[in-house]
Amino acid sequence: MTNDKEILLSVRNLDVCFGKRRNRFKAVNNVSFDVYKGETFGLVGESGSGKTTIGRAIIRINPTAAGEVIFKGEKINGKISRELDRRVTRQIQMIFQDPMASLNERAKVDYIVSEGLYSGDKLPEAERKQKVEKALAEVGLLPEFASRFPHEFSGGQRQRIGVARALIMQPEFIIADEPISALDVSIRAQVLNLLSELQKERGLTYLFISHDLSVMRFICDRIAVIHKGVLVELADTEKLFEHPLHPYTRALLSAIPLPDPAREKNKKLLVYDPAQHDYSVDQPKWVEIEEGHMVWGNEKELNQYREILKA
Amino acid sequence: MEREPILSVRDLDVKFNLRGRQLHAIRGVSLDLYKGESLAIVGESGSGKSVFVKTFMGLLDANGWVDNGQILYGGDDLVQYNTEKQWLKVRGRKIAMVLQDPMTSLNPLKTIGAQIMEAIELHQNMHGEQARQKMLSILTDVGISDPERRAKQYPHEFSGGMRQRVVIAIAVACNPEILICDEPTTALDVTIQAQILKLITDLKEKYQLTTVYITHDLGVVANVADRIAVMYAGDIVEIGMCEEVFYQPKHPYTWALLSSLPQMGVKGEPLYSIHGTPPNLFYEVKGDAFAPRNPKALKIDFEKRPPYFEVSPTHKARTWLLDPRAPKIDPPEAVLKLATEGVKGYD
Repeated sequence: MTNDKEILLSVRNLDVCFGKRRNRFKAVNNVSFDVYKGETFGLVGESGSGKTTIGRAIIRINPTAAGEVIFKGEKINGKISRELDRRVTRQIQMIFQDPMASLNERAKVDYIVSEGLYSGDKLPEAERKQKVEKALAEVGLLPEFASRFPHEFSGGQRQRIGVARALIMQPEFIIADEPISALDVSIRAQVLNLLSELQKERGLTYLFISHDLSVMRFICDRIAVIHKGVLVELADTEKLFEHPLHPYTRALLSAIPLPDPAREKNKKLLVYDPAQHDYSVDQPKWVEIEEGHMVWGNEKELNQYREILKA
Repeated sequence: MEREPILSVRDLDVKFNLRGRQLHAIRGVSLDLYKGESLAIVGESGSGKSVFVKTFMGLLDANGWVDNGQILYGGDDLVQYNTEKQWLKVRGRKIAMVLQDPMTSLNPLKTIGAQIMEAIELHQNMHGEQARQKMLSILTDVGISDPERRAKQYPHEFSGGMRQRVVIAIAVACNPEILICDEPTTALDVTIQAQILKLITDLKEKYQLTTVYITHDLGVVANVADRIAVMYAGDIVEIGMCEEVFYQPKHPYTWALLSSLPQMGVKGEPLYSIHGTPPNLFYEVKGDAFAPRNPKALKIDFEKRPPYFEVSPTHKARTWLLDPRAPKIDPPEAVLKLATEGVKGYD
């Protein structure tokens, strides 16, 4: 991608640790990437790879151990002023994976959607109601749904409520953590279309966290692949699919189930074995190997990758 | 391919009692399961695919019952079984099941060796050292290395993929004839998923199993299925060989399902999506259950339930579009594209 794009969010050498002293576990290790304004940036990895942890660290749910998160030129991780904290939590919103679990069962939709508005200055009731109505309309729900409880809705509708809840804060940046994984095939398309539409209308930027590469290929502009807390590759979506370099990326791509029996039944599965890297002497680095294409490797591996790119 | 039915379902109706109302979960389904085949049942959640196979094992919830129909297996009608004793001859021993979530389907308080042994001792009349040897050989079969040591470990010491291997080991421990896999890989990572599917396929050969997969993931289906049954609102709307259903689908619901795959989408354009929701099965469904969500539905779709029309000896669909009097409606572009070009690969 070109450099004239405006950087909205920048993550620099981020570490996130859990546990104390001997049980200390580094879930995210030295991760750096930029998210440009208006794009959909995908973060893909297996369970336990740290992809959700990164999302949560950005939105200040998980404390960071080292590194910086810079949002619109301001550092937003670690100790920051109350005023900035409030601004950040408004401008960055999150959509969660499981619409069955992420909505308060005991609250009406009206409250769920507008809960964020109650923080800070109190809005007049009429204005709040109006905002709720508008947010619901935007995600394709009827205004009378506001007086219902979450259990009255289907999975797809609940996920729309989750989106409405994020939208009402007028965010610039939305972290969507596996927003469609819990949904049925036919409902997935509806939610994906809704997200793209909103992006077009409002110029939203998404960080799309998922393990489903076929969905990501459809929706993401750029994709970063994470393995055990380390980013191993980052590139434009099509470039990543056409020229995957890191062996983990290749293994991941080879494993995607294809809804096409002729291909699927003959596909070759690659297995990734981390033991293939010899990092004892030559330490790996995070290097831009071609324009906009980052990869994690040591000098020897990088040379091999360059050969592949030339071919 | 030999076509000897191992299990036949005839006009099955399943109903549930929910808060005083009746839910008609399975609406007159007939199906022949052939020996040695791999059948995939595809459908959304709530389409009744899990309920359908649960009836094979007598595992319906207490508020559900088979209202009508027969399930013929091994010369018996399973619907007539009413004691646990009768069911135990079939359940686990002849028809085994692998469930979706390997985190919850194992007993956390027993070693995995003991859990596999339990199945062997209960069903195969083997005991002590003999059963232990059998258990170790099955663990090797499902790809667990160092079985002696692993057998003494507890489920929490295993990763998700390894746990699913253990669940599969328990299922095949009793040499069943039919193995039902209910969303076997949904809870697993893609790389592990591919390995587990391969394992089940290998075991199917080795133990000469007939496998039934229940899934909503068409990628998984394309990988494992010989034959596909598409379920919608408690009914099989289309059934055919894997290639027939993917490349020459006939039912509008199958069309819609295939078109809404992200692999078929064009970037920057909206993805095809199915409007509305599946019908409420508390009420009697009139006509074709998919008609209200089908923008090109015919008038008759709302009035009369379509019968099965045969497309080929192995392929039939429940849609009026196949009636000779029906207007010609072409499948959507995405479906035609899938048949001619296939999806983009990643190699």
